[in-house]
Amino acid sequence: MRKNTNQLRILIILGIVAFSVYVIIKLPITLGLDLQGGTRLVLEGQPTEKVPLSDDAMAGAVAVIRNRIDALGVTEPIIQRKGRDQIVVELPGVKDPERAISIIGDTANLEFVEAEWAPADESRLTPEKIKEFYGAGSYLDKVVAMRNGVVVRETPIILKSVALTGGLLKGAWPGVDEYGNPVVDLEFNAEGAGVFADVTSRSVGRPIAILLDKRIISAPNVREPIPSGKAQISGDFTIEEVQDLVIKLKAGALPIPVKPIETRIVGPTLGRDSIEKSRFAGLIGFALIVAFMVLYYRLPGFLADVALGIYVCIVLGILSLIHATLTLPGIAGLLLSIGMAVDANIIIFERLKEELRQNKTIRLSIITSFERALWAILDSNVTTIIAAATLFFVGTGSIRGFAVTLSVGIVASMFSAIVITRMLLDMMVDGKVLTDNKSKLVYR
Amino acid sequence: MFDFVANRKYWFTLSTLMVVLAVGALAYNGIVNGRVMNFGIDFTGGTLLNLRFSQPVSEIEVREVLTKHGLGQSMIQRSGTRDMYIRSEELPRDLRLKIIGDLEEQFGSVELLEADTIGPVIGKELSTQAIWALLLASLGIILYVSFRFEFKYAVAALLALYHDALITTGVIALLWRNIETPFVAAVLTIMGYSINDSIVIFDRIRENRKKLGGKKKNFMEVVNISINETLARSINTVLTTILVVLCVLFFGGETLKDFALVLLIGFSVGAYSSIFLASPIVAAWEGKGARKK
Repeated sequence: MRKNTNQLRILIILGIVAFSVYVIIKLPITLGLDLQGGTRLVLEGQPTEKVPLSDDAMAGAVAVIRNRIDALGVTEPIIQRKGRDQIVVELPGVKDPERAISIIGDTANLEFVEAEWAPADESRLTPEKIKEFYGAGSYLDKVVAMRNGVVVRETPIILKSVALTGGLLKGAWPGVDEYGNPVVDLEFNAEGAGVFADVTSRSVGRPIAILLDKRIISAPNVREPIPSGKAQISGDFTIEEVQDLVIKLKAGALPIPVKPIETRIVGPTLGRDSIEKSRFAGLIGFALIVAFMVLYYRLPGFLADVALGIYVCIVLGILSLIHATLTLPGIAGLLLSIGMAVDANIIIFERLKEELRQNKTIRLSIITSFERALWAILDSNVTTIIAAATLFFVGTGSIRGFAVTLSVGIVASMFSAIVITRMLLDMMVDGKVLTDNKSKLVYR
Repeated sequence: MFDFVANRKYWFTLSTLMVVLAVGALAYNGIVNGRVMNFGIDFTGGTLLNLRFSQPVSEIEVREVLTKHGLGQSMIQRSGTRDMYIRSEELPRDLRLKIIGDLEEQFGSVELLEADTIGPVIGKELSTQAIWALLLASLGIILYVSFRFEFKYAVAALLALYHDALITTGVIALLWRNIETPFVAAVLTIMGYSINDSIVIFDRIRENRKKLGGKKKNFMEVVNISINETLARSINTVLTTILVVLCVLFFGGETLKDFALVLLIGFSVGAYSSIFLASPIVAAWEGKGARKK
């Protein structure tokens, strides 16, 4: 009879381990940005005179940002709103974070502005005079011609009124001009093409300024009306800049400008370093605890060590099952929980010593010590969970990862101490390994 | 049997002294350094660069390059021979790229391990979050311990926890360690974990009170017996956890080391306060009430 119970116990324990290992292999734990490398951005909506902060504007911004990120081809990005005016963007494993940041954060507000070259004595024009001569809303700016990043010429220009925006685009493609320089080819939709035809026929012999986020990119002179709705943006572009601009124009302009208020870039090396070092620290810590428990508590200590090994499997298994993301603080929580996991065992074993000293049989001592220690273990762990839960609900990002692994660790450690160590101890008693309450196998 | 309760005056004096010193350390920093603690960019905003050079470089050489960009006041700290931490005011993206470019020109290729730029808004959020977390955790602990034991026990445990948190903060402030988000997590973990030993003793007090109450032991004696009976557990539980913390401190990555240091101090102080502070406070408080009756 007893032999059968022992076989059942072994089966249960092996089952738990096998299931955990299966889950760990089948559902690998996702690594957080700080471990696999990547970029985290928090963007804050910047209301302007024309665009007040609104739910629609922020939701629109999220949609545009999602389109841009999809075009970048990032796997499993996270894009979500936080609070009233913030957007959190997480891009795991991005190779060129700097480029991603500029693609995501630029408003990409494309404007075609009717313009006129400023007269030679432009320095004498006051803003008031410009408005008088060229119409309300006109102002003086300059076209900066660049070659290979160096300014070659600055030409003053007077910008009059916005004729068209990127909102009327049908598409955008990277292209080359007749000299082989990278340019962006544009095509307007039907409405845009109509407006563009009107504007170009009005502006023959005058420039049309092309502005991106209020900065003049180029200001070509209109030679003849363009009815086709096709246009070209040329500037001192590199091929990559052209590609990025196309991504931004295709996804559309952000309905509200955003500003990064938090940027975290983690290279892939740092995470690998962290994981390696943490693994090493964890192994040494594990070994020290295993040694301590055996030396101090002897056979029960050894059983607690076996339970600790099972505990590690269970924790990793649960983290896989709940699709937790493992962050560096999460690893800290995991390591910490190894140290805490034997606490419950220690509480039980110390109690066991006391019970044995009262000359109770080993079986009765085990039963009472587990019974008596149960509430002390529960009460003390609940308070740690209260602290972890607070961290989870109040904290953000990687701190949440810490709270999750710590909580999972505490719950699993209670299970491993109360259930698994108990099973193992009972097995020893039933298997006649532990018979005498004065056994040398138990430290008294 | 060592008398923890009767000698409580000494422990209370020692703890008061340490708390005063901790507050003094914060005040000293406030006066001398203008900041009570060495708050990092998570709190103040700014930019933190973690760079790996292809050859060993010194802080002075890096500072020379930064000075050219008007950032000579930045905090520069070397880790190992080739890794460098640079903490500066908030750097716009272009300037950050330019600085790294300049460093590469001078010292060969530079690998960007980490670059964090935090605006002041986020820092303010973090401070608010930290205070909320502290209040909520305190409330949760008070409620639970009151529910499971008595209000007096909850107050005593929480006093011990604040004592632990304050002293830890004081030591970290004195060491002028960089304070980032994980510090908040570490302090809360200390609070959540250090109370464990107090609770194990409380649990024993409750048990012994029933058992020994009939034998006409007064409450002070019951508390003292309980502390002594649970001494081995109190020490061993903290010991195993501190073993792991020490491993992280010695072998873990740079980021986790700071975290582990806070935990090491906190857990050690916590082990002391559970034995010497929390239960003697309960004994003193309860004793006073008994005498009045």
